[in-house]
Amino acid sequence: MTITDDRTDTTAPELEIGKARRRKEDQRLITGRTRWTDNIQLPGMLHLAMVRSPFAHATITAINTAEAKAAPGVIDVVTGEDIKDVQGVNANAWPITADQVTPTHLPVAVERVACAGEIVAVVVARSAAAARDAAELVDVDYDELPAVLDLKEAAADTVLAHPDLGTNKSAFWKLDSAEAGTGGDVDAAIAKAREDGVVIEREFRQQRLIPAFMEPRSVVVDPTGEQMVVWSATQIPHILRFLIAATMGIPESKVRVIAPDVGGGFGGKLQTTPEEFATIAVARRLGKPCKYTETRSESLLSGHHGRDQWQKLTLSAEKDGTVTGLKVELLADMGAYIAIVGGGVPVLGAWMFNSIYKFPAYQFNCQTVLTNKTWVDAYRGAGRPEATFGIERMMDELAAELGRDPLEVREQNWIRHEEFPFTTVAGMTYDSGNYEAATAKAKELFGYDELRAEQKRRRESNDPVQLGIGVSTFTEMCGLAPSRILGQLNYGAGGWEHASIRMLATGKVEVVTGVSPHGQGHETAWSQIVADRLGVPFEDVEVLHGDTQTSPRGLDTYGSRSLVVGAEAVVRAADRVIDKAKVFAAHLLEASEDDLEFKAGRFGVKGTDKGIGIAEIALATFAAHNLPDGAEPSIDADATFDPDNFSFPHGTHLCAMEVDTETGATTMRKYVCVDDIGTIINPLIVEGQVHGGLVQGIAQALWEGAEYDEQGTLVTGSFVDYTLPTAADTISFVTDHTTSPSTTNTLGTKGVGEAGTIASTPAVVNAIVDAVRPLGVDDIVMPCTPERVWKAIQAGHPVSHEGERDAAPHFDEATPNQDPGAGSPSTTTEGSDQ
Amino acid sequence: MSRITVIVDGVSYTDEVEPRTLLVHYLRETVGKTGTVVGCDTSNCGACTVHLDGTSVKSCNVLAVQADGHEVTTIEGLAQNGELHPVQKAFHECHALQCGYCTPGMIMQACDVLKNNPDPSEQEIREGLEGNLCRCTGYHNIVKAVQQAAGELSSQAVSS
Ligand code: FES
Ligand code: FES
Repeated sequence: MTITDDRTDTTAPELEIGKARRRKEDQRLITGRTRWTDNIQLPGMLHLAMVRSPFAHATITAINTAEAKAAPGVIDVVTGEDIKDVQGVNANAWPITADQVTPTHLPVAVERVACAGEIVAVVVARSAAAARDAAELVDVDYDELPAVLDLKEAAADTVLAHPDLGTNKSAFWKLDSAEAGTGGDVDAAIAKAREDGVVIEREFRQQRLIPAFMEPRSVVVDPTGEQMVVWSATQIPHILRFLIAATMGIPESKVRVIAPDVGGGFGGKLQTTPEEFATIAVARRLGKPCKYTETRSESLLSGHHGRDQWQKLTLSAEKDGTVTGLKVELLADMGAYIAIVGGGVPVLGAWMFNSIYKFPAYQFNCQTVLTNKTWVDAYRGAGRPEATFGIERMMDELAAELGRDPLEVREQNWIRHEEFPFTTVAGMTYDSGNYEAATAKAKELFGYDELRAEQKRRRESNDPVQLGIGVSTFTEMCGLAPSRILGQLNYGAGGWEHASIRMLATGKVEVVTGVSPHGQGHETAWSQIVADRLGVPFEDVEVLHGDTQTSPRGLDTYGSRSLVVGAEAVVRAADRVIDKAKVFAAHLLEASEDDLEFKAGRFGVKGTDKGIGIAEIALATFAAHNLPDGAEPSIDADATFDPDNFSFPHGTHLCAMEVDTETGATTMRKYVCVDDIGTIINPLIVEGQVHGGLVQGIAQALWEGAEYDEQGTLVTGSFVDYTLPTAADTISFVTDHTTSPSTTNTLGTKGVGEAGTIASTPAVVNAIVDAVRPLGVDDIVMPCTPERVWKAIQAGHPVSHEGERDAAPHFDEATPNQDPGAGSPSTTTEGSDQ
Repeated sequence: MSRITVIVDGVSYTDEVEPRTLLVHYLRETVGKTGTVVGCDTSNCGACTVHLDGTSVKSCNVLAVQADGHEVTTIEGLAQNGELHPVQKAFHECHALQCGYCTPGMIMQACDVLKNNPDPSEQEIREGLEGNLCRCTGYHNIVKAVQQAAGELSSQAVSS
């Protein structure tokens, strides 16, 4: 065994953290060597198809399965009645109040359906095609009941989504800074501002969205072994295992859940689904492996939806622009059931409406409401995009009211960098940040002053294509979450994370993580972290996840928690490996532990060239021939990390939109964002997260919306109507960073997974409104389609523009159908006709 | 049932299929080419894109019987002799994938775009990929990857 350190004089190896490592995950994915749940084939496996309710609200009066049962290839047709005692329940894990009204959510409906798409029977056949064919033959009789579809109507309780509950109001949740002792009385602040200040009152709509991950959900259940194995396209294998055990009466030790390759989630797979429970119940009933894979149409209809709020906001300020108070009143549509964290999602906004600002008084009120639509739960950002949209729209409205630059008004109110750590009016303590730095960099990259000058020129020349500049200076709380706080909020689980490190005899390292990636690149990032920590090659680290057999403890991936909570557990496990190895190193080097220092994967004896590498210690531990007396022959280690605080990334996003005032068409000209996400492990992965997040947020602003007709039928039920952006709809972005390391974890990291989505929606809408504000427009409902923009312009009462005109001449009836390019030859219209 | 013979990734297969079987289901379930995936039921997403006689098609939009006597290349047959195709390489280099679900279709479509237009502008790339949805990447890095692959392919063409 070599104990001479021949590397003492070499300079420290290049650090992995901060390197744009290409991802380990890619090789399989770019060659089609994938393990999506739907790829799994087991001997004797049967296929399921779901019979779903076409009605939004109805009593099931009869189900005739005879014809379907007789169809070729059909093994069985199972109704809710058949499995009512064994199918478990779709649980709500976060009752936000003790008296929350929570309808029971059965996987397969037994007596009544409360939204279109609810499962009423399951067809089991030898092939998926046979099962689908036979599903058409199941004859279900319904008695239609009145359905409540509109959120505001539902809040009035005239028609009930669940008649037996007596109300549609699920829960009311409030945070008041005066009551909490974190600030003043908001009503007093508003009253004062009505006297001698400025009051901005707006109502905004957060439309209903669909997460629309690209891999449709799929579940395979093999009940044939002692431990039932469930493969599922889920973000939350550990939580799923727990809830299977807790609601189906199956001992947790008899359940193994595997999330194999999972094709995106964005919160949409943060759920335990009726389809999972139904498949388990049927597989156990038949004693055969069963598979169910949804179609895209089923996915859009019956995977949970996101957002869906009305936001009534009142902001008070002094005439000089200093905000004195913010009052928030939310109505949040839960859909037909309170999903796993459904009620909690809008409540997450409670700590975020005050955002980066020093508001002296604040009140947040949230009423959750039941309707006869698909249930609503987490979608990328969950509660924080809604809040950020609300406040960032309001700050723009305030600036417009005061006739000032929106960045200047923000700066006047935001927390200055020297004021961190800062406890907000909502009672959160932000550990670090520098809004000035991010904003300065963003302005420069954007060419803010030049674009403002161009905007002015175009306004003055009455260019039919107007330029708008949208600002969003956001922060968010992520890294869910300190268990103690979750307990105070009545959340059904903790927020810790677990990791194990196994030092293999050959010097390779296995890292087991409790988080469960579905595109984020954990295998690469965790390898970089462990490579630095243990001083082993990046290539020698294998990251294992997503299988409760290899990774028995974990709380999975959502809320931008993987890096700040999950990787911190990995860091702590690595540090324990080093502590254990140090004892053996001292023994093998015949030195005192105090004389050893660990650097670049090697324990060296200070002041000598003696040393031993961690891989050699791993081998010596495996052999166990020469270890200290009584020592346990292992340097493997585990760690469970429970964070003390949330993580608070922030950033400044600037968006330039061109709006054709004659057609309402909008074109994104430029988008710049400078995010502060603390220490960056892998810049490539970070950029990818930001780009993808931006487009999801931009899509909310411009294109997406789940729409129902008066019967409660989802009319955006396929990718023809639910319009995800394509490559041709989007542009390339300018992204950059400033860094103020987080002080709440070892590496100084902050979450990034949701940042882009949270920040971008208000930036885009602010830009569009900014473009047409001189035409009398101060809001446009999302998605801001050309039709809505055009209508807003038509409805607007054009305001006088610097005293020069009362109306934009291109609305002059004498000159209809003006050519957008005409009349403004000297003004650039670059990008306006793309 | 109809009997079809299809060359898939260089291997000839003869199978009995129901006339209504879609090519994507034939590839996945009969031939075992699970690298090609299904993302929708309305031919909007492009996740199922393969090459039929060298031209990209959405394999959920083609019947298996229509492929009878033809040659299909899937993502699994794109790398030659263990060498990744330049588009595959560029997707890896440019971090043009996250979950990877859209990736097989996206790569197959990108190959087709470059075959028809070896030196596309950004806008031409964006329009060429319009039929392929990605929910993860925001397309930014996919566009970059196609640009990089275009450069690589044209320098290969020059040197060969
Ligand atoms: S599966 Fe073929 S286009 Fe979506
Ligand atoms: S990488 Fe996930 S859908 Fe494109």
